[in-house]
Amino acid sequence: MKDFWRRYRRNKGAVLGLVILLLVMLMAATAPLLFPGSPWDMAGAPFSPPGEMGMLLGTDSLGRDVAAGIAHGARISLLVGAVSTLAALLVGVTLGAIAGYLGGIADDVVMRFTEFFQTIPSFVLAILLVAIFTPSIGSVVFAIAVVSWPPVARVVRAEFLSLRGREFVQAAEVLGKSRLAIVVTDILPNALSPIVVLSSLMVASAILLESALSFLGLGDPNLMTWGFLIGSGRSVIRLAWWMSVFPGVAIFLTVLALNLVGEGLSDALNPRLARQRGAGA
Amino acid sequence: MTVSRRGLLAATAAAPVLMRVQDALAQGIAPRRGGTLTSILTPEPPVLQIGVNNQGPTLVAAGKIFQGLLTFSPTLEPIPVLAKSWTISPDGREYVFRLQEGVKFHDGTPMTADDVIFSITKFHFELAPRARAIFALIDKAEAPDPLTVRLTLKQPFQPFLLMFDTSACAIVPKHLFDGQDYRTAPAVQRPVGTGPFRFAEWQRGNFIRLERFADYWKPGQPYLDAIIYRIVPDSQSRRLALETGQVQLTQASDIEPFDVPAMRSRPNLEVSIKGWEYFSPLSWIELNHRVKPLDDVRVRQAISMAIDRNFITQRLWFGVGRPATNPVASTTRFHDASAKIAGYDVKAAAALLDAAGLKPNAQGVRFTLKHLTLPYGEVWTRLAEYLRQSLRQVGIAVELESTDAGSWARRVGAWEYDTTINFVYQFGDPTLGVERTYVSTNIQKVTFTNTGGYANPKVDELFATARNSADPKDRQAAFSAVQKILCEEVPQIWLMEMAFPTIHDKKVRNAITNGLGVHASFDDVFLTA
Repeated sequence: MKDFWRRYRRNKGAVLGLVILLLVMLMAATAPLLFPGSPWDMAGAPFSPPGEMGMLLGTDSLGRDVAAGIAHGARISLLVGAVSTLAALLVGVTLGAIAGYLGGIADDVVMRFTEFFQTIPSFVLAILLVAIFTPSIGSVVFAIAVVSWPPVARVVRAEFLSLRGREFVQAAEVLGKSRLAIVVTDILPNALSPIVVLSSLMVASAILLESALSFLGLGDPNLMTWGFLIGSGRSVIRLAWWMSVFPGVAIFLTVLALNLVGEGLSDALNPRLARQRGAGA
Repeated sequence: MTVSRRGLLAATAAAPVLMRVQDALAQGIAPRRGGTLTSILTPEPPVLQIGVNNQGPTLVAAGKIFQGLLTFSPTLEPIPVLAKSWTISPDGREYVFRLQEGVKFHDGTPMTADDVIFSITKFHFELAPRARAIFALIDKAEAPDPLTVRLTLKQPFQPFLLMFDTSACAIVPKHLFDGQDYRTAPAVQRPVGTGPFRFAEWQRGNFIRLERFADYWKPGQPYLDAIIYRIVPDSQSRRLALETGQVQLTQASDIEPFDVPAMRSRPNLEVSIKGWEYFSPLSWIELNHRVKPLDDVRVRQAISMAIDRNFITQRLWFGVGRPATNPVASTTRFHDASAKIAGYDVKAAAALLDAAGLKPNAQGVRFTLKHLTLPYGEVWTRLAEYLRQSLRQVGIAVELESTDAGSWARRVGAWEYDTTINFVYQFGDPTLGVERTYVSTNIQKVTFTNTGGYANPKVDELFATARNSADPKDRQAAFSAVQKILCEEVPQIWLMEMAFPTIHDKKVRNAITNGLGVHASFDDVFLTA
């Protein structure tokens, strides 16, 4: 573990990303303390610029505090990112494991199914799903999970394909372990590092997807999210830049942080790869 | 009442329209011939045949191609158009219209009483539900001579004349429709009317071009050579087109309310919210009375008092519109200014809810309502968010539901909602535009009927009295009484008398001259040099 942290630390960007991410999480956790009450409350005069009327980041067109919206929105954005990534991992890992471990017809069937999803533009599919199931937090998470599992399945399948012929797996088979036990206790732990790296990037893209859906007015109408803040501020951007710029910065920083962390994890989990890259650079 | 074209202006009902030309002359600006007016239509209409389609954009553009017998002043007095005069019998049952002479359709055939009778009793009667409901009162339609139309009603119906504007009853050429399916007749695609501009070209998704009709019956008019309606789907692009002068006129929802203040501050543009008096749309929170506790009058009063209509008008609509005071818009006939809903008072609202036995729980919530957001654009979403916060202040939790336009209409029509927002045109007379929302005989599973399910025998009776009496005094008495009852019982929570900004370059003259504004024929519109 110490070794892991030492390798992670070597990537300065990754450390910065981790710091930003922790700050965002802290903000999400303390939002009810920092901004008690609902972020929808009309706290000040509409269209107050940042710094006026005690509003750090200004107010929106109804007089809602933009800072409160960003803090409370962090909770939803992180929640949606985490839950939809978990759901996508569940589906992707399961299907990838089946395809990679069993091979043959099972592999063919699962991969054709995966390709079927990959050929549909993911954002269009997400819009369609949310529109059909009416916008709510559940349907948004479902739509994001549905469009983001195929890459997981492909990565997991590739790992499983290379691992299942290794000696330790053959040994486990000779010992008479059940297939499920082999998959879960022998192969999966060895395939974990690319999954971890991939999932940090998936959280980032899930946050972006959720923001894009909210921006288009397809978010849960009862939840304050960053995408909603930008979407509702966009039309008045020539009147009040702060309504869309600050939430945009929040999304930018969070997604950047997640990408940096993903890269750091990748370096820490694949030391050889990182050294090669370091030498090359 | 006879009107010749140039003389005798002051004494006639034609004065309000032609006076503008006189005003212009008085200011030293003579109408100038020539020039092309470029405007915008949002959204693009499916066809330009009034009757086949009666939505806003169609009425605006086709209002230049077609004309009705009459139009209406801002105070809803009738103004002659294709009818140069008319008489109403003392019992209110016989209407005789004398038609203008020398009126030609764009294909060169003269317009006669036959075309008028066909338009009233066949064309619009079959196509438009609103026209059918009223033209069904016509017992006999006769043409004693080619320029006279006599309509005999089964019973007196005082708002009858209001049905003869272009938007309600455009005169169409009988010879191009008779004996065919009106919806699929070739003339629907190339509309032919009597208006000052004839249909020239339509590039779908791009623009509609109307050309000056040389044989127009008013000599020397129209002044413009052509009118072009561009189709611009994005609201910010529309704003830019107006700012850069690519278009000289926008109307209806072309420019979003939040962009209006910026347009007001531009020296070359003029912003007006006049010209919607005939339509007078009124918006309200539509309550479904079948959902508890919305059947309790105290709850409805509390909701009404918990809402700050000034905030809605000033902050959401940027002053484009007026706070509603009662179910009849103040620009509509028979509006009674003395009947008023209670003002904004959060404490009194909470007290009413306490009195209704709805105590707040630990979170301060008395009860929860769902609100189906009206999917007509951003400002309506903001309104829903505003209502949710306002009602939360008095302990009513509101959950918003988003939907698309088709589902909204279906769900409201099927009574599948707790609350939503609705707005309807009032068409100048409460019998035409207000009655339908409140009488129990109109509780139907159809959008824009009494979908809320409010029923009060006294209200039914008063609306019936007003509908059936020929004397405006009796009608006013009935309407005043009904407005008082409705203000007490608040069956729907009226929010705003809506207005739409008409924004035009100051070079465009006479853009709004009557109670229909940009829906007028534009035969007197001109561009100064």
